[in-house]
Amino acid sequence: MLWIKNGRVIDPATNIDAKLDVLIDGENIVACGVPDDIAQLAGKNRGAANTTFDATGLIVAPGFIDLHCHLREPGGEASETIVTGTKAAARGGFTAICPMPNTRPVNDNASVTRSIIERATFAAGVRVWPIGACSAGSKGESLAEIAAMKQAGIVAVSDDGKPVANAKLMRQIMDYCGSLGLPVIDHCEDVSLAAGAVMREGETSVRLGHRGMPAAAESICVGRDTQVAALTGGRLHIAHLSAKASLELVRDAKKRGLAVTCEVTPHHFTLIDEDVAYDTNFKMNPPLASREDRDALLAGLADGTVDAIATDHAPHEPSSKAVEFDKAPFGITGFETALALGLQQLVHTGRIKLMRLVELFTTGPARVLGMERRIAPGQPADLTLFSTDHAWTFRSNESASKSRNTPFDGREFKGAPMATIVAGKVICRR
Amino acid sequence: MIPAAAAPPLGASAAGENLLGNSVSYRFSHLLGIEALTAEQITFLLDQSKPFQEIQKHPLKKLATLRGKSVALAFFEPSTRTRISFATAASRLGADSMNLQAESSSLKKGESLLDTVHTLDAMKPDCIVMRHASSGAPDFVAKHLQIPVINAGDGTHEHPTQALLDALTIRDHLGHIDKLNVTILGDIQHSRVARSNIQLLGKFGCRFTLCGPAMWLPREIERVGPAGCEIRRTSRMDEALTDADVIIVLRVQSERMNEPSLPTDEYVLQYQLNEERLALAQPGALVLHPGPMIRGLEIDSAVADGPQSCVLEQVTNGVAVRMALLYLLTGGEPSVGAKKDSPSAGD
Repeated sequence: MLWIKNGRVIDPATNIDAKLDVLIDGENIVACGVPDDIAQLAGKNRGAANTTFDATGLIVAPGFIDLHCHLREPGGEASETIVTGTKAAARGGFTAICPMPNTRPVNDNASVTRSIIERATFAAGVRVWPIGACSAGSKGESLAEIAAMKQAGIVAVSDDGKPVANAKLMRQIMDYCGSLGLPVIDHCEDVSLAAGAVMREGETSVRLGHRGMPAAAESICVGRDTQVAALTGGRLHIAHLSAKASLELVRDAKKRGLAVTCEVTPHHFTLIDEDVAYDTNFKMNPPLASREDRDALLAGLADGTVDAIATDHAPHEPSSKAVEFDKAPFGITGFETALALGLQQLVHTGRIKLMRLVELFTTGPARVLGMERRIAPGQPADLTLFSTDHAWTFRSNESASKSRNTPFDGREFKGAPMATIVAGKVICRR
Repeated sequence: MIPAAAAPPLGASAAGENLLGNSVSYRFSHLLGIEALTAEQITFLLDQSKPFQEIQKHPLKKLATLRGKSVALAFFEPSTRTRISFATAASRLGADSMNLQAESSSLKKGESLLDTVHTLDAMKPDCIVMRHASSGAPDFVAKHLQIPVINAGDGTHEHPTQALLDALTIRDHLGHIDKLNVTILGDIQHSRVARSNIQLLGKFGCRFTLCGPAMWLPREIERVGPAGCEIRRTSRMDEALTDADVIIVLRVQSERMNEPSLPTDEYVLQYQLNEERLALAQPGALVLHPGPMIRGLEIDSAVADGPQSCVLEQVTNGVAVRMALLYLLTGGEPSVGAKKDSPSAGD
């Protein structure tokens, strides 16, 4: 038995925020209660070799879920593997992560799904819940083998990295996935407006001579697909939402009762297009947005419009990023800085309460996947223990990821994940 | 022999003394763009170009100032005039140039830019002049090399030496570059020449009118100039040309015409600078063009060859400005230059 003592339990599912102990037996939680009760329970089970974890000063939260990451395996092992990626995720406090299907080969069939899940069992202990492609080869032409992938273990579908350009195909995907109970995760981008662009269009792009994509490249697609959601009744989840106009469309869709959700990345609620120059660690897709957009995202994170924080952890090996800005691939790593950025930008600034931040990392993403996540007897013992005041500096060269492409190298933080517990096992400890 | 006045002034007591009479010197580690320069630094560079302008008029144009030095000309994007201008500048200073051209470069074989410039650097040039189709490529290279990098045009970002030679040309004619009405015609969105000119002349209080097809006039361009710089956009030529002191005609890049497609005839009808339109500007307004110029498209021959055209002077001044830059960046230590011998003239 694992006895987590003296922590402050924050569980958005039950709205509990109290000094409670948690008792874990095997892979599940057996109790969460006041220390005396737990002591009694633990005492009864003295024979079961109790281990205690002193969580004094720490928040004990349900296990963090990352809805959006890239583990690069199979095919991109120079940048990341399932082993290194899950190690970085564990350090970031994530107990479950959802790798996108844009691997080589694309995860568009059950055998790729199965191989990812199998490889993950030998990795860092983080649960790996693959996302399958929604179209064959993510080519946007015909449906992938979605039901077979679901049997193999995918939790959602997406052609992330590119949009489903064809509205009719999107309708079919939404219809089909609705019947399978799978959410469709939507990379929203009008490819004609975004063609050749390397950052957000605006004063900075014009000054730097970078080709920009307007915010409308995203919101046009969000507009189309919320209407497709209305047409089909399927569950639509907008990935890495970055624009104010997109957020307003989601807010509106929610008001109309549609099953539309969205996620925002830490870099989009932290950085803006004005931070971009020629450093390729500031190049990602969607690109860093305007100050106005960023402020709207902060408001959306506070008012409940945003359902989840997702990292879009996108490792790229150093040589691929050490090139001209317009030749560099899009994406930055994100597992290890996500919580710290959330604390820094959202909680320490007073924009949101700790309860809400925990929701954005736990019950929020769980709901998107149609799952439950709470600290209660019988639940899987997935917990994230974190500090809100631990002072540290992020050094990309100390990252567990195989890649170093982050704009946050050298950034100072207050607060960090201190222990990651999956299925009752402490898989990472700071 | 070259008269003393023609000797690059940095060598003697003029080291660091510009025409403002300030005893200042500027150390330029690179020239990546105009944006980062101050008006004083720009004036200094223009003043430094003066003696090299004189040299262009001399029957014997070759100095030995940079004898033994070498300049790497790394043109990753095809260029004729800028490359020849830099090569001429280097040669007239007595420096050797090492040529890398896009067509024959190892980039074609898949080598990264970084590896290519590291290879060039290993041949020990004293500076690298580079042109590249990617905005910011010279900034990127400068971060990785110890030697000075001169930007000879990067993507749609900047073309600093073009702006310097334009300013020199304007100053020669009008005596100053302060508070002028400058009109730039053409594809502003994709023009590095426009950006560098706005950055440069904007620091001297010039007011800009940018004119061209609306889709080539991004709204945000109004705010990219130096602080306080007045920039307006218009798609009407009459509005753009009225009261102009200087008109910079940009080349219409036919490769841009297709995004979205604008028929050439439509451009000629609406935006070609012809005599009738030029008459709307200030009498004697200067007409500049960075070249290569396409007669009958963005500019009518009568204007291109007319008395107000500065096109060929710009080319001559280009060599002078580039000589001054190469001298300043590779000629030694401007700050200790006073202790050095005056650069010897003649070969």
